[in-house]
Amino acid sequence: MDSRIRSLMRRHGLVVAFLVFLAGVAVNAEAFLTPGNILDVLRQVSITGMMALGVTFVVLTGRLDLSVGSLLTLLTVIVVDQHNVAGPFPAIVMTLLAGLCIGAVNGLLVGFVGLNALIVTLAMLSFLQGLVLFYSGGSNVNVENPQETWFAIFGRGEFLGLPVPVILFLTGAVIAGLALQFTTFGRRVYGVGGNETASIFSGIDARWTVFWAYAISGFTTGMAAVIMGSRVMGAQNTIGQGYELTVLAGVILGGTSLMGGSGSIWRTVIGISMLGFIQNGLLLLGFAYYVQWLVTWAVIIVAVWIDLGAKRGRIFA
Amino acid sequence: MDEVILEVRDITKTFPGVTALDSVSFDIRPGEVHALVGENGAGKSTLMKTLAGLHKPDGGEIFYQGEELRLSGPLDARRKGILLIHQELSLSPELSVAENIYLGAWPTNRFGMLKKRELRRNAKAALEALGCLFGPDVRVGTLSVAMQQMVEIARAEAFRANVVIFDEPTASLTDSEKDQLFHTIRGLKARGVGIVYISHKMDEIFDITDRITVLRDGQVQGTVETAATDLNQITRMMIGRTLDAYFVKAKPEFGGEVLRVEGLSKRGLFRDISFSVREGEVLGLYGLVGAGRSEVVETIFGVRKADAGKLYWKEGEVALPRPRQSIDMGMALVPESRKEQGLVLMMGGRENTSLPHLRLFSEVSVMNWTKEMAVFEKYRSALSIKTTGPDQAMSQLSGGNQQKFVLAKWLCADPKLIILDEPTRGIDVGSKSAIHELIAELAEQGLAVIVISSEMPEVLGVSHRVLAMSEGAIVAEFQGDAMTEEHLIDAVSHARAPVAAE
Amino acid sequence: MSHVSLAPRDKSPLHAVLSWLLRNHIWVFLALTVAVFSIASPYFLTVNNLGNILTQGAFIGILAIGMTMVMIDGEIDLSVGAILALASALAIGLQEHVGTWPAISLGLLSGAALGFFNGTLVALSGMHSFIVTLGALIGIRGLVFVYTGENALMVPDFAYTEIPEVYLGPVSLTAMIFLGLALLFQWVLSSTRHGRETYAVGDNIEAAHDAGIDVKRHKIINFTLCGTLAAVCGILLSMRLGTAEPNAGKIWELWTIIAVVLGGTRLQGGFGSMWMTIGGVLTLAVLRNGLRLLNTPNYVELMVMGAVLVLALVLDKILNRRGES
Repeated sequence: MDSRIRSLMRRHGLVVAFLVFLAGVAVNAEAFLTPGNILDVLRQVSITGMMALGVTFVVLTGRLDLSVGSLLTLLTVIVVDQHNVAGPFPAIVMTLLAGLCIGAVNGLLVGFVGLNALIVTLAMLSFLQGLVLFYSGGSNVNVENPQETWFAIFGRGEFLGLPVPVILFLTGAVIAGLALQFTTFGRRVYGVGGNETASIFSGIDARWTVFWAYAISGFTTGMAAVIMGSRVMGAQNTIGQGYELTVLAGVILGGTSLMGGSGSIWRTVIGISMLGFIQNGLLLLGFAYYVQWLVTWAVIIVAVWIDLGAKRGRIFA
Repeated sequence: MDEVILEVRDITKTFPGVTALDSVSFDIRPGEVHALVGENGAGKSTLMKTLAGLHKPDGGEIFYQGEELRLSGPLDARRKGILLIHQELSLSPELSVAENIYLGAWPTNRFGMLKKRELRRNAKAALEALGCLFGPDVRVGTLSVAMQQMVEIARAEAFRANVVIFDEPTASLTDSEKDQLFHTIRGLKARGVGIVYISHKMDEIFDITDRITVLRDGQVQGTVETAATDLNQITRMMIGRTLDAYFVKAKPEFGGEVLRVEGLSKRGLFRDISFSVREGEVLGLYGLVGAGRSEVVETIFGVRKADAGKLYWKEGEVALPRPRQSIDMGMALVPESRKEQGLVLMMGGRENTSLPHLRLFSEVSVMNWTKEMAVFEKYRSALSIKTTGPDQAMSQLSGGNQQKFVLAKWLCADPKLIILDEPTRGIDVGSKSAIHELIAELAEQGLAVIVISSEMPEVLGVSHRVLAMSEGAIVAEFQGDAMTEEHLIDAVSHARAPVAAE
Repeated sequence: MSHVSLAPRDKSPLHAVLSWLLRNHIWVFLALTVAVFSIASPYFLTVNNLGNILTQGAFIGILAIGMTMVMIDGEIDLSVGAILALASALAIGLQEHVGTWPAISLGLLSGAALGFFNGTLVALSGMHSFIVTLGALIGIRGLVFVYTGENALMVPDFAYTEIPEVYLGPVSLTAMIFLGLALLFQWVLSSTRHGRETYAVGDNIEAAHDAGIDVKRHKIINFTLCGTLAAVCGILLSMRLGTAEPNAGKIWELWTIIAVVLGGTRLQGGFGSMWMTIGGVLTLAVLRNGLRLLNTPNYVELMVMGAVLVLALVLDKILNRRGES
């Protein structure tokens, strides 16, 4: 019985610690746990959250995607610019397609050519930064008629009292989660991440699995870019800088293993929301925004250590 | 009493569920080559790892040069003069020969600077003592396997080793390299070094050793002078039981041909492999580790690519497949390493079972959990697998239960041909005989079965026909009364495959 | 008894040259880029410009030295950019309180301490260094902001910015420090116990452990070195700029990894050298400088870098595959 409690603590220790944090903030800042504030937090995390959904697929296959930050910048620039040129609907379609294609290029290089995922997506990060400057000519782009376009609903709209970006994020999470748990593709993702060799011996073409994981990561980044463009109604050349790290931190925080094969969309939603609540809570308590980075650091270390302890317990006990 | 350099007294070592060494005693004299033989799992590697400081014994004593030996680790053993030369070499390819010989024990000055000249000089002396023609400055990664092995042996000179343990040293050597190795071993022997020689190859044992100790199921069966014994006696000591009592053979009722292979070759691994297998037939594939057995079946299954060869499936020629196609045709491969190739250890039994047949367990790409559960329950009871539930991670199950899930994952799609590569390695006796019974049952249901094993009783006990493989080629085929252990040992240890003109 | 099989394969001079190129292809690439830019721009191959290239490359170069040590060990350090920023902020910010040189020393110390912290976490927890240093990258940047309060710190006395204004011909002090450190650590790698252990650990960690090498202590030392060198880079940068920006060195860890990998040091560990890293750093600097001389827009540089990196990886894969068979 005692060991069961201990294993429960190991598995959910982080959640417990997080709840304590929530309670602590709630006592000191009344506004914290009000529905309005919670929705605010969710609205904040909907962009990184959307990206994290796709990145979770990549991480589950045991790979990394560091290019999503630059990709977000590029796609936001594209969606805003094309909105002015071609109108909202074509702009959105183009953005999603571009995201899918660039993700697919990553997938091709990592899955089929077999190059190191870290370096490939790092190279892609650099390349996409260049592409952003090439496309925008170095200047910021803005939506020309922000008051008249229906494009605004993705970032600013509300539906049944819920912010549209939150609805998009949660819908995306449900779809991604269902896909991972209930489809053959999801099973392949876990298989390849858990044991690539055994999956190949089971007739799974790991190359395609990895390819599609990256394509999905590109696609969800496209979705995030639509929300971002719609919320800001414009795009700077650095709008997505550093997002790849926040996203990755959220995924790891949720408990998805960088080794692949273990984790879930549910965990990613938790992890990325935790980051959002920590940020919000610290701000409400009067800390400067950058204090959250220190807390994130501590939380990552503790999270991974707990995860490691749990695994060790399983292997050696 | 003869002089003894190292003596093992009543060593016992248990691992969870297995007694690897059961009060084992043996000794090594200076200047002798002492063979350690036994089937896989007899305890040879545990014993040698204990001597080299990699395992701590649970009970018993080791005396070395008249004193009780307590080792803190492998470097300690090396420093005291006990050197293990493992099958997988313990070298750093990017470092030089000299640095590898003295790995971790480099001569340095007060500032941590390497005394390169001293290192080089000592290494050179060690290499010259062995008759190596390569210098101490060469990068180890550029050397051939035989030369790399010499680098390890040079540690014996460098550390003035008194005991050297060789584990399957000839597994990846050519004939002339083997001769060179034996020359080196005789040199060490002349210097008064005690040598433990572990090998499956009987001709080598009789060629180089002075005494032979036979291990079986973790117990010493006896130690004999090599000159005073013969292959028959050793074989009997290794097996020590009659076959019929343990194995059930399927009724020999054969149907049509399921698979035929012609001239399958892959440079450096195997050449000109041809055989066929029929419905209801159990074909055994026997050979020593490194003979190329697993490589052959992995190529047939499509995990590896071949250079040449034809494949006939139910008498029609098919292109060499990828695994997906083989599975869809009705082929199943239970691979050699269940942890690395067979199972996703983080997943439970349900997900592992359906992994090769996701299409069968889904509709429009959506997994059918009801069907998965039904199949999981069916095989859990049919194979009496002990697991707490469909999602208990494989890593928590015992070897035998893991292996049963590997079988379940292939059987659930009704294959026409099942290839079992070392199906009983490292699992308990109960599960072992369950798997043997299953093989017979499958064959009687009309499946074609190929069983690979390096355990002779097993391969002889379950098969209708046995192919012997050695050094990448099929060297003999036995059936009926010709299927005896003596014949098999003879075939794989004497028969040199025709040297391929490469 | 013949010893034929134990003699090394005969190497023709051509083979020797080829195998050298195979291991040092970065220098071929560097020569090629230098040649192309020399033809394309008359200003490229001037003494002054070459001096500039060295100085420009030196900052990433100093980071790359530490990164190389860590990467040969089979680890990675993503936090160097943030450590750099903290060290430069401390070196400038503390001057008013403790004086110039003590402030510099404290800056160095902060780098060493953070490197030690990273290394200890990696060695003791068994966590992958990617995660540990990713956390550190985020957290240390937070420390920088806490310390600077989001503002760029100005140096109180501009004598500070003149410290690195020492030239040996066209070569600046910064460049000399980079080259000096690179040579020093090449010597460490090739001639000291610690250096050889680095290869042994990255190459075959089990063999290293069996041979009695203290793998944990070893890794901690290399992370500490890496952190210290990042601090050196940060202090030099603060001298050059006269200010400490809280965002200094952002994504420099990525450029550093690019330089090291471009040089040929393997991410999986066990293979690489300072020579290779110098080659990678210089190639990166030449590309940036050359493209700027040609007045190409900024984006070309970024895109070329990405393409070159993938190319280097493909090349490495092909060459390695050939080397194995």
